[in-house]
Amino acid sequence: MQAFFRDAQDFLPILLQGCVVTIELTLCALVLSTLLGFVWALARLSPLRVLSWPAIALITVIRGIPILVQLFYIYFVLPDLGIQLSAFQAGFIGLGVAYSAYQAENFRAGIEAVDPGQIEAAQSLGMQPALIMRRVILPQAIRVFLPPYGNTMIMMLKDSSIASAITVAELTRGGQLIAASTFKNMTVFTLVALLYLTMSLPLTYFARRLERRFGRR
Amino acid sequence: MISVKGVGKSYGHHRVLDAVSLEVAKGEVVCVIGPSGSGKSTLLRCINGLEHYDEGEIAIDGAPVHREHKSIHALRSEVGMVFQRFNLFPHRTALENVMEGPVYVKGVPRAEAKDEAAALLAKVGLAQKLDAYPAKLSGGQQQRVAIARALAMQPKAILFDEPTSALDPELVGDVLKVMLTLAREGMTMVVVTHEMGFAAEVARRVLFLDHGRVVEEGTAQQMLADPKHERTRDFLQRVLKPV
Repeated sequence: MQAFFRDAQDFLPILLQGCVVTIELTLCALVLSTLLGFVWALARLSPLRVLSWPAIALITVIRGIPILVQLFYIYFVLPDLGIQLSAFQAGFIGLGVAYSAYQAENFRAGIEAVDPGQIEAAQSLGMQPALIMRRVILPQAIRVFLPPYGNTMIMMLKDSSIASAITVAELTRGGQLIAASTFKNMTVFTLVALLYLTMSLPLTYFARRLERRFGRR
Repeated sequence: MISVKGVGKSYGHHRVLDAVSLEVAKGEVVCVIGPSGSGKSTLLRCINGLEHYDEGEIAIDGAPVHREHKSIHALRSEVGMVFQRFNLFPHRTALENVMEGPVYVKGVPRAEAKDEAAALLAKVGLAQKLDAYPAKLSGGQQQRVAIARALAMQPKAILFDEPTSALDPELVGDVLKVMLTLAREGMTMVVVTHEMGFAAEVARRVLFLDHGRVVEEGTAQQMLADPKHERTRDFLQRVLKPV
């Protein structure tokens, strides 16, 4: 036990640096996936087939390919096409794109859950589509959307560990490096697990607050 | 003011509206009655462009109503609509529901819109409920907020789509009272309803619709006392003596 704490003292500074990268990666990917997901959802719900069909195709493709493979593709294949990205950039873009498909489906579920009578009432006041979206649909859709969004944030935090496979120096990668050079697997990965858990707790709390804030009538 | 000329609409082979014509003058109240599925709601929804029609012409103050035209938004802001299921915005208070149109469609300053909304809610008997969310209001109260919301746009006319059908019987009176007041103040109204008492009281004309056609048209008194058409008679008997 004493050995554990002594080792932990040595390892923690490095692992905490990894935590910072993990948080940055998660936040960037969260913002990107939210924006993209919203765009996909709007396109998918559009009455215009030139918009809805590509969106359906895109969502299907993204959902059908493992995140790890998508990251490999962005990090190792895109340079062949002349697009050079740093490991971090490839990581957050890959995670953001991969998660945008799930975000899109969550957005869509939220928007579709709004009673069509609401849209008619807004139309009968003379409101135009963009205004109806902003004032009537989104504020109601967000209630349906937020509980899965909270889950998505936590899943994304954990899945950011996949970026270790393309050498992003985040928490898991840091753990792997220390473990490989010290062979103290037990100590290192226990710390890594505890750190992920610690980071997820505020997110869980935040998700619940969001829900309460928007869930009231 | 509202002019419907030879309007027809089909869903596949099913004729929902068949050569329906209707003229509503300014300040006039017209009631539309008929069995469910007769096309009365569809007619109303065509008048403010919520639904598309296949033939004929609908115009409001001479301006043609076409669902696809850009002008439809402006037209709708001039014709209020009250729905069977109220369709209040559940995430906004009664006051905010009434302010929504003036502030966001007409660009009325918030403070001014707020005063007007409060006055309108007082008019429909809900001065005590300004800050209540729809979920906390009874059906009758919600419908009165919906009427205030339509009035807030200062519409040329208001269309009522079975405004009392979703209400408990004891709440119907409050809503009808508000509508009665509006009618007396000279509001142009087209009301789809089964409330023959209301029709007799305020409507200059009643239209009986069946299978998408205007079967009979006349004053409520005349239609109640002496329906010309077999189907009108059947329908009225069922509405007035349900058992």
